[in-house]
Amino acid sequence: MFDSLKDKLQSVFSGLGRTGALSETDVNNALRDVRLALLDADVAVPVVKQFMELIRERAIGAAVLKSVRPDQQVIKIVNDGLQEILGGDAEELKVDVTPPAVILMTGLQGSGKTTTAGKLAQFLKTKRKKRVMLASLDMTRPAAREQLRILSEQAEVGILPEDDKQTPLQLAKRAIKSAELQGYDVLILDTAGRQSIDDGLMEELVAIKSVSNPVETLLVADALTGQDAVNTATAFKSKIGISGIILTRLDGDARGGAALSMRQITGCPIKFAGVGEKLDALEAFDPARMASRILDMGDVVALVEKAAEAIEQEEAMRMAQRMAKGKFDLNDFLSQLRQLKKMGGVGSLLGMLPGIGKINKQLAAAGVDDSMINRQEAIILSMTKKERASVGLLNASRRKRIAFGSGTSVQEVNRLVKQYQDMARMMKKMGTKAGAAGLKAMLGSGTNSSPGVFNSSGMDLDAMSKQFGSSKSGGLSNLGGMTNLGGLPPGINPNRKK
Amino acid sequence: MSWLKKLTEGLKKTSSSAKSKISGIFIGKKIDTDTIESLEEALISSDLGVSASQKIVKEFEKNYSGKTSNQEELLEALSKSITNILEPLEKELIVSDDYHPHIMMLVGVNGSGKTTTAGKLAKRFSQQGKKVILVAADTFRAAAIEQLKGWAEKTSVELISAERGADPAALVYQSIEKARIQKTDLILIDTAGRLQNRIELMEELAKIVRVIKKLEPEAPHDSLIVLDGTVGQNALSQLKAFLDVAAITGLIMTKLDGSARGGVLVALAEEFGLPIHLIGVGETAEDLQDFNAMAYSRALLGLTLED
Repeated sequence: MFDSLKDKLQSVFSGLGRTGALSETDVNNALRDVRLALLDADVAVPVVKQFMELIRERAIGAAVLKSVRPDQQVIKIVNDGLQEILGGDAEELKVDVTPPAVILMTGLQGSGKTTTAGKLAQFLKTKRKKRVMLASLDMTRPAAREQLRILSEQAEVGILPEDDKQTPLQLAKRAIKSAELQGYDVLILDTAGRQSIDDGLMEELVAIKSVSNPVETLLVADALTGQDAVNTATAFKSKIGISGIILTRLDGDARGGAALSMRQITGCPIKFAGVGEKLDALEAFDPARMASRILDMGDVVALVEKAAEAIEQEEAMRMAQRMAKGKFDLNDFLSQLRQLKKMGGVGSLLGMLPGIGKINKQLAAAGVDDSMINRQEAIILSMTKKERASVGLLNASRRKRIAFGSGTSVQEVNRLVKQYQDMARMMKKMGTKAGAAGLKAMLGSGTNSSPGVFNSSGMDLDAMSKQFGSSKSGGLSNLGGMTNLGGLPPGINPNRKK
Repeated sequence: MSWLKKLTEGLKKTSSSAKSKISGIFIGKKIDTDTIESLEEALISSDLGVSASQKIVKEFEKNYSGKTSNQEELLEALSKSITNILEPLEKELIVSDDYHPHIMMLVGVNGSGKTTTAGKLAKRFSQQGKKVILVAADTFRAAAIEQLKGWAEKTSVELISAERGADPAALVYQSIEKARIQKTDLILIDTAGRLQNRIELMEELAKIVRVIKKLEPEAPHDSLIVLDGTVGQNALSQLKAFLDVAAITGLIMTKLDGSARGGVLVALAEEFGLPIHLIGVGETAEDLQDFNAMAYSRALLGLTLED
């Protein structure tokens, strides 16, 4: 039904012209259909309501990108919000404790606990290099213990020998003792599936938890779950207390709204995704993929991202032209700094480049870090528009005012001016010598090839290293090389998740 | 305890029963846009899905908009309209004497409860005096065979199985041949769980169906999809895919003894109109009960038969 969503949205907004910021009407109109999309994806009703409020708050007044319709902008905000919620607090399994680290698997019947226990054992064995023991406490489902034993053989991990006469609680105690004695790092306890409203069985689980003192209590939940995700998540959270969720059957074609419901209601991170029947079919949970799956409006999201890229690219082109003409003023310098910051700062940007470790150290030694960029930004912002356009205006008293206004010193203002002048000189040279064509090639057409950009600019890493290396005393006199990074095409954006 | 009692008991235990939700909407209020929207949300909360809920609500709005009726009357009216959708699909699952043997196959996604249902059905029909063979055609899942063996032993029904990893189609073929020789009344085939978008696994199922048809062109006489009561709107995609490959003839819904209500049955009824045979409301074989549209609809809304 949501194939038609786009059409509907289009009809809603076809009458609207381009707006600068999202109005309440824009947001409400778009959210009406987002609500239906989420409900259709099986996100639980109360969770949808809560989420809508969050998005409404965030979206009203937000900027609409050029060439994007308001509804499309809202959908991008929704997608980002989903991604944020789904991905929050993700962390690794806390198995690096005094052994044995106990992991307790819980969930409804048929959610995939036993299979997941086997997968987790294999994961911990191969990826975390742990000695793992599996133990089934399931005395209810016929052959559940047999199933776990077979899985333990496939994964080549330890298994607690069966004993028909023991209760789950006794089994848990024996498993811990046995894991201790045999020197296992991790003990995974698989429990019987139970309905969350079955008080007797839920109490049993509480007792098992209290004797086994697990480092992780995981709720194994089926991605095909509908509205009941709320009840299940609430019950397991409040009665048992869980530390994380594993979502199974994500290889199916369900939109998987249960992921959002469970995440929101328990506040616990979704740690893994089950994506198949085989033992290695366990993946780290991917919030970006899950968000676009639930919302199912990937094309709209991609469109908005593309528009954002185009704008960055336009900006880069504008800069290139100004550079070529030798018109590089402090406003341009400021936007370079900002773009650098947006890309995650100096450290993360350089970290993305191969073989850059050496330069990084030199940069650190020269005091090039993000706080410096912040100070420089403050200095420029403390200037008047006229001052930014022509540095010649900056006499001693103006510099003093600027230093005061930005909370820096006159020396720092002087250094920035010097640095800007060096850079402007270099820009001019590049503009005339290398020619605008060269610059354009360097700024590229927005493809995702970070090293290629450097190569095509004719500026290899060695040369860059030398440039930075020579700036021992002058601090940033050669920032030119670096701000060029800031002018890179928008393809290189470490913040964007694909 | 009757199945209905069980069902309503189960529903009563849930923290947010549909009745309190829905009756809360109606108390002392005129039926207006707000009440209608709350009603729609209450239905969606029971997994009826957006379109089925909207349809029911629309009909309701037509009859009651602007009126202040008493709450019981409104609930009755709602349950009536849901009953009307489901009632034509009430159909008991029976082993026909016309076939020798009657071939029944259970399909569905992983974890929906096929093996347990196969065990319960074996017990049910052998108690009716039928000679039953259980076929463990799930040769993939670790210990699926052992699980069915447990049921076979409990109910003294013959189990035919192969080693893990064997070709399920070949096993089914042998089973039918054997059943003919032994004059068995019913062959109950438990297939491996498979997600409906897994092409290779669906092809495996198609092969099983082809093999059955080779021996019995009319069979499988019942091709039953087993749905988990907690399932959401994906059930629509499941039924569509299994219908294509295995010509589904009817539905069984399990695990309705939990907090889930299985309202997607209404959406499935609207979309496919296939018979709903049984619902599972507990662990024992007796807890697999014939589907009763009126009782189910009332339980869905938190009403009991006495109300």
